[in-house]
Amino acid sequence: MLELKEGQRHPITMTLDGQEVRGLTEPRMLLSDFLRQELGRPEVHVGCEHGVCGVCTVLIDGKPARSCLTFAVQAAGRRVDTIRSLADKDGKLNDLQSAFRRHHALQCGYCTPGILLSAEAFLRENARPSEQEVREMLSGHICRCTGYVGMVDAILETAQQRASAGTP
Amino acid sequence: MKPKSFTYLRPASIDEAVQALARWREDARILAGGQSLVAMMNLRLIEAQALIDVSDLAPLAYIRESNGEIEVGASTTQAQFMMWPTLAECAPLLSAALPHVGHYQTRSRGTVCGSIAHSDPSSELPLCLATLGGSVVVTSSRGTRVLPCGDFQIGMLTTARLPDELITAVRFPTRRPGAGYAFAEMAQRHGDFAICAVAAMVSGETTRLGVGGVAEKPTVREWAGLDESGIDDALNDLAWDLGGTDDSHATAAYRRGLVRRLGRQVIEEAKKCSS
Ligand code: FES
Ligand code: FES
Repeated sequence: MLELKEGQRHPITMTLDGQEVRGLTEPRMLLSDFLRQELGRPEVHVGCEHGVCGVCTVLIDGKPARSCLTFAVQAAGRRVDTIRSLADKDGKLNDLQSAFRRHHALQCGYCTPGILLSAEAFLRENARPSEQEVREMLSGHICRCTGYVGMVDAILETAQQRASAGTP
Repeated sequence: MKPKSFTYLRPASIDEAVQALARWREDARILAGGQSLVAMMNLRLIEAQALIDVSDLAPLAYIRESNGEIEVGASTTQAQFMMWPTLAECAPLLSAALPHVGHYQTRSRGTVCGSIAHSDPSSELPLCLATLGGSVVVTSSRGTRVLPCGDFQIGMLTTARLPDELITAVRFPTRRPGAGYAFAEMAQRHGDFAICAVAAMVSGETTRLGVGGVAEKPTVREWAGLDESGIDDALNDLAWDLGGTDDSHATAAYRRGLVRRLGRQVIEEAKKCSS
């Protein structure tokens, strides 16, 4: 049985946006704090820290997870993807990100990384979602600025374009 | 906020998990999806000295159907259960209720057994378990017990699980031939805690209605030969018997109204699906 003692820092590794990374974590450290503080990735945002707002969403092995409700040790050995995984290495936005820009689906952008990651995972499972399904998926996120109409439009448009281009 | 310090244990087998529980007893908490537990730890509503993580325990990752029951192992997520190919056919009530359990982003980690273990009065899976008459399997170093749902959930966030017992699985009865099922709930936002949730089963002359979110645990009532002339009175009696209270989400009177309105809606819908 793996046993990590309280108060002690333990080394863990994970594949973060395609790169092997290592860091030290106490059992109590949340994945969100590990990514932000230990690995210097402040683009992982936190809001409520109790699972309500969805801003801290990352993908663990391709599935959306609230990183404030996941301990860093639970992500050890896994693939974790953040918003950095979406644009290409020259910083060119992917199609969903560009659609968000076109549809004014963000203002301050604080909620946006979590929403984009959720939407990417969701579109992989459901390539042709209905508007209702997109809205239900978005109900797991809170945006304080824009309202959700632009996001719904951007996600539906991306789904349609991917389907007609034949890319899942 | 951040949780208090704890020791993290990841057992490699059910035996190891049970041994760890025997050692730590009430000082330990089982960590599965963490979607309620970690939120409560972050808010310091729960403090644990040890967390025993069963979220990745392979022998508990299963969904099996046999002898008229679907058994779901303790590390199976709500999303996995929702995507189980024969769910709609074998368990129409669960298939209707699961989309209301949390959000897309929490169902991917939240487990079926975790929701049963947590026993929130407004949560959907304990309501379905009570309405269908399922059971919960618990294991300790002293052996295994199968608790009928009525014996398992005692009250608000309280169950009959003993401190050294691990919930290994939950069993839901599969669809009764000819029976109809329906589910509905009212929440402030899709996926939020239900102000009132209702689940109905109509089978021949029998009508069964489960109500969550009003009393301190899901409450089930069964009627024989309930027809149009009696339904309003029956639902009104039930609404008053549940003894709901006013809180920041809704008044007791509003909740009684929901029991009457949603109750009728699901009973009619379940009747339509029955044969
Ligand atoms: S910060 Fe994680 S859900 Fe709000
Ligand atoms: S764009 Fe500001 S919170 Fe969503």
